[in-house]
Amino acid sequence: MPLSLPLRSEKRTSRVRNAFVKGWWDRLPLLPALVVVLCVTQLPFVITLYYSLQRWNLVSTSAPRFVWFRNFLNAFSDTVFLKAVLNTAIMTGSIVIASVIVGGLLAAGLNREFPGRTIARTLAITPFFIMPVAAALFWKTGIYDPTFGILGWMTDEVGMGRVNWISQYPKLTIILLATWQWSAFALLIQLSGMQSFPTEVAEAASVDGAGRFYTFRRLMLPHLRPFIELTALLTAMYVLENFAAIAILTNGGPAYSTTNLSYYVYLEAFSAFDLGRASAFGMIALAFAIALTVPMLRVVSGIFKQGGRA
Amino acid sequence: MLKINWRTAIAGSRASTLALSVAIGLYGAHAARSEEVTLTVALAANPQMQTAAKLVDSFYAKYPDIKVKFQTLPENQLRPTVLKDVATNSGQFDVVMIGAYEVPLWAEKGWITNLTQQYVTKDKQWHADDLIKPIRNLVSYKGDMYATPFYGSSSFMFYRKDLFKKAGLAMPEQPTWNQIAEFAAKLDNKSTNTSGICLRGIPGWGQSLAPLTTVINTFGGRWFDEKWQPQLSSPKTKEAINFYVNLLKTHGQPDAAKDGWQECLQLFTQGKTAMWYDDTVFAGPVLDQASPEVKNNVGFALAPIKEKAGSGWLWAWGLSIPKTSKHQDAAWKLISWLTSEEYIKLAGEKAGWGTVPPGSRESTYKLPEYQKATSDYADLTLKSISAADPLKPTIDPVPYTGVQYVTIPEFEQIGDFTSQQLAGAISGQMSADEAIAASEKKIKEIMTDAGYLK
Amino acid sequence: MTRRQTSHLDTLLTALTWLGTFLMFAPIGWMILTSFKTEQDAVSYPPKLFFTPTLQHYYRIFENDFVAFATVSVLVTLISTAIVIVLAVPAAYVLSVRPVPKWRDVLFFLISTKMMPIAAGIVPIYLVARTFDLLNTSTVLIIVYVAMNLPLAIWMIRSFMVEIPSDVFDAVEVDGAGRLREMTQIIVPLIKPGLASTALLCGIFAWNEFFLAVNLTTTVSTLPVFLQKFLSFGQLYTAQVAAVATLINVPVVAAGWFAQKSLTRGLTFGAVR
Repeated sequence: MPLSLPLRSEKRTSRVRNAFVKGWWDRLPLLPALVVVLCVTQLPFVITLYYSLQRWNLVSTSAPRFVWFRNFLNAFSDTVFLKAVLNTAIMTGSIVIASVIVGGLLAAGLNREFPGRTIARTLAITPFFIMPVAAALFWKTGIYDPTFGILGWMTDEVGMGRVNWISQYPKLTIILLATWQWSAFALLIQLSGMQSFPTEVAEAASVDGAGRFYTFRRLMLPHLRPFIELTALLTAMYVLENFAAIAILTNGGPAYSTTNLSYYVYLEAFSAFDLGRASAFGMIALAFAIALTVPMLRVVSGIFKQGGRA
Repeated sequence: MLKINWRTAIAGSRASTLALSVAIGLYGAHAARSEEVTLTVALAANPQMQTAAKLVDSFYAKYPDIKVKFQTLPENQLRPTVLKDVATNSGQFDVVMIGAYEVPLWAEKGWITNLTQQYVTKDKQWHADDLIKPIRNLVSYKGDMYATPFYGSSSFMFYRKDLFKKAGLAMPEQPTWNQIAEFAAKLDNKSTNTSGICLRGIPGWGQSLAPLTTVINTFGGRWFDEKWQPQLSSPKTKEAINFYVNLLKTHGQPDAAKDGWQECLQLFTQGKTAMWYDDTVFAGPVLDQASPEVKNNVGFALAPIKEKAGSGWLWAWGLSIPKTSKHQDAAWKLISWLTSEEYIKLAGEKAGWGTVPPGSRESTYKLPEYQKATSDYADLTLKSISAADPLKPTIDPVPYTGVQYVTIPEFEQIGDFTSQQLAGAISGQMSADEAIAASEKKIKEIMTDAGYLK
Repeated sequence: MTRRQTSHLDTLLTALTWLGTFLMFAPIGWMILTSFKTEQDAVSYPPKLFFTPTLQHYYRIFENDFVAFATVSVLVTLISTAIVIVLAVPAAYVLSVRPVPKWRDVLFFLISTKMMPIAAGIVPIYLVARTFDLLNTSTVLIIVYVAMNLPLAIWMIRSFMVEIPSDVFDAVEVDGAGRLREMTQIIVPLIKPGLASTALLCGIFAWNEFFLAVNLTTTVSTLPVFLQKFLSFGQLYTAQVAAVATLINVPVVAAGWFAQKSLTRGLTFGAVR
């Protein structure tokens, strides 16, 4: 039986239809994950947006009412909010930089062969596993307290007297504690980066007479770049949202000097019970974060590398 | 034709009716018993409440149909958790523990059940008249009780009798703040790492502001005038705040800006401070946990005064029933039991008289065992509670009630901001006057926004 | 460098590394030590290194319903992590091996879900959970933790998949049904260490998560919330908290220690060329 040739337009339509179906078929494995994230995060997001446009205080005697963008405008004339933004920048930046450096140094040390290396590595990464709330509680009384803490005793013994850590250096107390935990994380990632450094390259370099430090600086570091960037990004993300240490050590003080954006939103929602303002601040924080990350991600090379078959 | 024996028939029907009614009765009883109710209770995590959780078996013995699940939280977590639940009508809790500050505010918003109307008048066994009057008023709104007082407290002075004796000093039963400042100066000992006095410094409207407000009151100051203008910079209030900050900076514990009552309790019981001004409810735990050299040397004195007598604060933790609870009657059974004379006796016998909830009932203070175990401080506790007057906390008239706080919804916000600035002054980041100026500015904003000021 | 100079340098570097390690572990060691002290000893001055140990704090933990909370923690962590991996692998596959158009946008969207302060969104989440009657259940925690960890998992697994050299794919015939086979039989085995490390990280974040748990659950809750029960009014708690913290962290630390090998190999796929 002779086959009838399809008309050209029919063929194009079916090709388009196939491409469409294929497009969806390609996307299918992504959908479950995407749907879960969408549902769980976007519904609350929309509600938060809705709240941010209202003047709504849970305990006040007046009923909630729409004030549109007043909460947002108020944020920029709120001294504490501005202080929180500054604190966020200072504390997050310091923690990320310090963690990457400390973690990197430890990784460099642990990348070498020496007896007991596995044990050392095991001990060094443990801080990352400790629950932040528990760590903060213990550091408060057992380490930072000038009367009962071990740091107080140590500084006394070396003649520095007892330091009032939280009163005199509040930001440093938070940064120290967070760096302690996150440098273990940085250590983990950067160590794996170092261990994935092709050994043939290192051997070739040493055969050519390159010194250890030269190899490290010129060859290892560029290889490590995507790992360092990944560490910095993940650490920044998690440090931004975590305020257990702040809540427990300093209550955001003294005089809001350790209040970051996340903690300030928490104070507005759970202490002032002003959901309108808290939601608005949350929106602003989100906007800041997006504004910062977008250009950064375009610059960062290793993370957006496209691989496999295009 | 069958001959029907009527007598037998009637007897038979009677028997079957009897059997039937017995059967129905049994079924009814069974159904009632399987109507088991589980109450979810939100509590502050304090020793008295932990004792209550341990003694709940006695409650089960009395009311076998009711089971209880306790959710204990630290105070600053309890408040938002419970508030979120009642404000959104979520109904997760059947009983909530709330403070004297919340009771009138929540009653006004209609979040908690009016206990006087629903239960108290009907439950004669509970002896509402036995409750200590000021405490009973604290947990009421417009004359009706909205919470049963679990315990009531005021504030007084803890001090080390041995250190005083060694320095040749004597603590009067009613000291003045000037005397306290002198004592602190003499007892401050850097070489033994002992501070003259321990006072709360950590930010929080319920932390550092509680003692500070009593100091303001007794110095003749106040938070607001009759027109709701903030008065922090008025001469007497300013003097009080400066006094508090300076006392802490010169002879208070180190790193005071991070210390709440928890930290001061630790310092005092371990002998690291000679005096401590705080809540009367800590008297039992202090004696309980003091290190050996401190234990037998703890003395008590009334809250220090300046111009106004009776400067101790007034506080109570009460048990309320949210309107959204589906088990109101069962909840009442629990909260009335927990605040009854019967419970107090039980707790005393089983857990020790020092940990019995204090300051709620007059009858507690008449029990000989209680008097014996708490002779050091029971008297002073009662005196302090009776002397505090939340309706007239200051020398000059004020538009608010509350001794160590201001009973308006905005006070949490105001208090948190002000105590943050105060902590800044205590830690040396700014002067007390700068802290006062910054606080007043913010208070004006908040009060204007809330409609108190035009 | 001469051999002797090299070995001196070596010793110095090793010593420094041990010092660094010691500093990192010291606070934890101190915490474990404190958990066996009485409260008096825990706050003694000078700090005691030698003391009579006591197990009272550990007993108290078990008296307080530890097992119930631990069970919930284990359940929630294992289930949520398993779901995360199962959902993330296909998603990462679509975003890396055969990227659909706009894959960068999807990746960015995923990351952006973690950028808003959690405190701003918690009341809405609470209300949604209440509407579905999920408050105070382990289900709600599983759902929320899955959403919380998926962005991280997808990012990490994607970066492992991207490392796979393209010649691996050239050898495989691909059509519609073959994709599943490609994914499970070829890719997954290649990135197994990476999957292990991702699972471990997600597990750690779920196990230690506090804020969502304390707000969404009351009596059916996880270990971080359990820790709170020991922070009581008017009682010394340093040693008690040390004991709870030590006990709570044992499973995570143990998992981390055992998985260490796969953790550090996890991100090193590129070495196998």
